[in-house]
Amino acid sequence: MSISDTQATPPAPQPGASALSAVDAGDGPAVNLSEVSKVYRTGRTDLLALDKVSLAVRPGEFVCIIGASGCGKSTLLNLVAGLDRPTAGMVDTGGRRVGLMFQEPALFPWLSAGRNVELALQARKVPKAERQARTRDLLETVRLRGFADKRPHELSGGMRQRVALARALAQDADVLLMDEPFGALDAMTRDLLHDELERICAERTLTVMFVTHNVREAARLGDRVIVLSSRPGTVIGEYEVPREGPRRIDSTQVAHMAAALTDRLREEMGRHGN
Amino acid sequence: MATDQALHGLDNLELSPLGSQESAASRIARKAWTVTWPKVLAVVLVLVVWQLFYLSNYHGIKADHYATGPVAGLQNLWDQLAHGQLLSAIGTTLQSAVVGYALAVLVGVIVGGVVSRIPPLRAAVGSIITGLQTMPSIAWFPFAIILFGLTNSAILFVVILGAAPSIANGLIAGVDYTPPLLLRAGKMMGLRRFALWRYLILPASLPSFVAGMKQGWAFAWRSLMAGELVVQIAGSLSLGVLLNGDQQQLDLTSAISVMIAILLIGVVVDGLFTRADLAIRNRRGLLDPAIA
Repeated sequence: MSISDTQATPPAPQPGASALSAVDAGDGPAVNLSEVSKVYRTGRTDLLALDKVSLAVRPGEFVCIIGASGCGKSTLLNLVAGLDRPTAGMVDTGGRRVGLMFQEPALFPWLSAGRNVELALQARKVPKAERQARTRDLLETVRLRGFADKRPHELSGGMRQRVALARALAQDADVLLMDEPFGALDAMTRDLLHDELERICAERTLTVMFVTHNVREAARLGDRVIVLSSRPGTVIGEYEVPREGPRRIDSTQVAHMAAALTDRLREEMGRHGN
Repeated sequence: MATDQALHGLDNLELSPLGSQESAASRIARKAWTVTWPKVLAVVLVLVVWQLFYLSNYHGIKADHYATGPVAGLQNLWDQLAHGQLLSAIGTTLQSAVVGYALAVLVGVIVGGVVSRIPPLRAAVGSIITGLQTMPSIAWFPFAIILFGLTNSAILFVVILGAAPSIANGLIAGVDYTPPLLLRAGKMMGLRRFALWRYLILPASLPSFVAGMKQGWAFAWRSLMAGELVVQIAGSLSLGVLLNGDQQQLDLTSAISVMIAILLIGVVVDGLFTRADLAIRNRRGLLDPAIA
């Protein structure tokens, strides 16, 4: 594939826009990045955040992206989400709906948990009668039945993040982008949410791109782990994680993988130490 | 399912109440007391200072027939409320206040809404609005009287000019401070243009808008009082007219009664805005539960 300039870059699909184009059947990647570069112009200097990143994510695949600070992880997700445009290269999601979750729940504090979820349905013009039942189902999915009337500040951090997940699911996303979604949670809550996320992804055959700087989390969740270098961000490592039944954060398989990832990251960080 | 159980358990642990076993009635009583006593204290302080001033016989005013202490003063206030023109004057003034303020809110919302949406206008008009806000409203009266004559319109004009800039600024500040993260979340949800305003930007700017409304009210009330003193309209009986009459007849007692009425109205309306502000912050979890 060729590198296209800015003008020729097709706009990334707008989130929330109705997916008129049929979702790619079967074999094609759910998310395809080809030689994507992103330059931020800050005053006189240009910052190259991403340098020719190519990555194909299969439908239903769970890809974790790790890297040290400044590797452009969040930039990458913004590009896939259509919140930002690449300077060069192509981002293709084949008309799939894309949902995005942040490290902060980013819930609307003036709305109840239920209304937060419902608003996402409303924005997609789901009829009112249907909305209420679907909101209930979505809250049930993240195991928050009975908390619909609570406001975000009345919930714990983990519960808020689950409401945010329900809201992302309400967008009927085929592709879920997660930007360190559990980074601010305590380890016990995070472990439980790993299990929950795994279950939900399996139930809905979601394609997930999950950014984290926690190597264990990446090893625990990913079918594949992508390691990005820092400044500029490029792919410097790719690790397939075989699915051999249920994984645990403290299993040896996860520990081995985490160790390998840590080594690779330290090597990369050392490059910037000189 | 083990995960399910553990998760529910964790939720319940994190949401365990802060251990208030108090009955509803006693909680309401305690709250009423906490709210009431500072106000009672304030009133008592004012009365004490008034009495001390009276007793001090400053410049020999006590000897003058129009000097008064709090007891006689409050008696006069009561008489004026029960038998005099004070109640109807309050009615007239409040009516002007409501009309003027409502128009100011309308103007403020339109100007603030348009200015916050259009960046070039923002740069041009933003500083003018702030400039208007700092301009003492009494300076507008010659202009208003030349334009409108000694009419109610002149007063309304100045009230609107006094209050609208604060309201517009409150709205603009609220729009400016909409958290970028929420904007990103809203865009991801597919909120666009009108829906983005209706469901995200306007609710997000509500606290700042209410603060602007509150400040706007203070300006409106001051402008109105200045207006009623400066622009004396024949046949209209307002608080300003009463106050002017008292000044001409050197009736200090009656003047104090009218001033108390003006002060009380200001305090009560300000209290309503404070209540609204607290309710909004409480709804959004912006109040420290240890204090609230």
